[in-house]
Amino acid sequence: MVTLAAHNIDVVLGARQALTGASIEVAPGELVAVLGPNGAGKSTLLNVLCGELAADSGCVRIGGEDLRSLSSSALACKRALMPQKSSLSFPFKVRDVVAMGRDPFRVTVAASLNDKAVDWALAETDIAHLARRVYTQLSGGEQQRVQLARVFAQVWHESDDDVRFLLLDEPTSSLDLAHQHSVLHLARRLAEKDVGVVAVVHDLNLAALYATRVVILSSGRVVAAGEPGEVLQPALIADVFDLSVHCVEDPDSGRKLIVPTGNHRQSASVINMRRAL
Amino acid sequence: MSVLELRERQRFDRSEVARVLAVPVLGFLLLAAVLSGLTSGAADMVAWDVLVVLWNFVSGRQATDQLAHAIILDIRMPRVLLGGVVGATLAVSGAVLQALFRNPLAEPSIIGVSAGAGAAAVTMIVLGTAFGAMGVVILYALPVAAFAGGFIATMIVVAIARVNGQTPMTTILLSGVAVAALGGAIMGLMMFISNEEQLRSITFWMLGSLGVATWTTILPAIAIMSVILFAMPTLTHKLNLMLLGEREAASLGLNVDRFKYACVALVAAGVGAAVAVSGTIGFVGIVVPHLLRMVVGPDHRILLPASALGGAALLLGADVVARTLAPPAELPIGVLTALLGAPFFLWLLRRAAREGSSW
Repeated sequence: MVTLAAHNIDVVLGARQALTGASIEVAPGELVAVLGPNGAGKSTLLNVLCGELAADSGCVRIGGEDLRSLSSSALACKRALMPQKSSLSFPFKVRDVVAMGRDPFRVTVAASLNDKAVDWALAETDIAHLARRVYTQLSGGEQQRVQLARVFAQVWHESDDDVRFLLLDEPTSSLDLAHQHSVLHLARRLAEKDVGVVAVVHDLNLAALYATRVVILSSGRVVAAGEPGEVLQPALIADVFDLSVHCVEDPDSGRKLIVPTGNHRQSASVINMRRAL
Repeated sequence: MSVLELRERQRFDRSEVARVLAVPVLGFLLLAAVLSGLTSGAADMVAWDVLVVLWNFVSGRQATDQLAHAIILDIRMPRVLLGGVVGATLAVSGAVLQALFRNPLAEPSIIGVSAGAGAAAVTMIVLGTAFGAMGVVILYALPVAAFAGGFIATMIVVAIARVNGQTPMTTILLSGVAVAALGGAIMGLMMFISNEEQLRSITFWMLGSLGVATWTTILPAIAIMSVILFAMPTLTHKLNLMLLGEREAASLGLNVDRFKYACVALVAAGVGAAVAVSGTIGFVGIVVPHLLRMVVGPDHRILLPASALGGAALLLGADVVARTLAPPAELPIGVLTALLGAPFFLWLLRRAAREGSSW
């Protein structure tokens, strides 16, 4: 199986050990959610997977090849990255922004195929109607979706032999509820088209709903990995996030929902206070 | 369709037309500017005389009018060529830096090149004449010093800005400000110790002029400036990616740091050469790309060639006006470009603000 895998990664940033022996692997078809409290090393791990940041020890392989042996342009043909917040403030047309996702293939792939990829990405992310609009005049949610279409265009592939990976760094951080769900829904749909997706997510319920696997980081170490239903247990969440939660069942779907009940250490007093009210 | 959508659609259609027409229209303007640059001057000539001389020259025939031949080919042609290439270089450099900084108000002086060139040139004027260097030496030493000063200052800026193997644009900006202040201080010091004659040459140089143009003085500078102009087609896509953001550009396969170095070096060389032969001509580098971006949009595949043509046409037009306002005296061209352009620019900004677009 062709995977994107980081093995035993150590990263030191300044005086801080950001990652210690962290490993993560994603195969085509999977949506792996990376969870953990602030400062746990989620974004650092994503940067290492992307090849932006060199690990101090350990190695990252994409389809068996060491990431360091690939040029940045060769890498851009295999994986795409959507950073947290886009800084694009120039009035490009939406279609032009999405077409930039095809830049790594500008020389190697026929223009008609690149156009096809852009059309597909626009349709796939439901923004075909925005194609002629000006990016800077869209709402934050629409802009995020254009950026998503851009990385979708980048991972578009014609034959199933080509393997593609998509890395999403907190793709939902500035979005309203409906947009958060639609972004992860689209990411999951993309994963089902044989793309390996890794997303840094903060909302445990979003992860539980859309991820095929979750990886939980705490203080730079992977403390748990596996199916969301198995990993996201109240005891572990309490431990990692310092937050006490209840798992309740959704009366309609029967899915497990994670409901925070307050800070772990203070939870007893919060419950007492609630009783008093 | 809502009012807003309709308005946006109209603006879109307009900008689509502008994208297609920009390069031919600007090319036509440039041709007109070249022709008027060749016709206007102390000796009366009409466009037809110019065309006859050019035709004779191109077809290798014997010149029919020796005087007209000499005036046009040896006096006016180098000046027009210099004006066009300097204008194009300044405008393209501005467009490139605006993309690198992702800020439409960046201009070539931001990386310290103008201050470095200015400090070196002024130092050469004052100390060079003090050490008894005569006219001819100064004529050649001045541009060499200005070019070297500009290039070295920019390299210092970039070297200082380098942090942990990366060169963030914000630190380039800050060290550019510091190096510019240092250059300004050196210029001030030199002006303080200069005598009256030196002060006059300093002032003349700082206001900018195309008047020194002869074939021998301009050809080296034009060769250097041509590098950035010929490099344009290789820059356009990468500059577009830079507008997305540096992380995005890197994830799309661009070696961001190397590209920034290459662009800064191209701009430093081009602007350094421009300043060396024509003095400091402000305003073209910031306004031409900014103005054209309002018309044709931010896509560098159109913006860079349009800036080159627009910058060349603007500077040539300004030079014609500078020469013909009060002959035989010439208005300093740097003064003229700012005098005409600044109010126009402000008007455009106000109009854009009213229409609700940022730039």
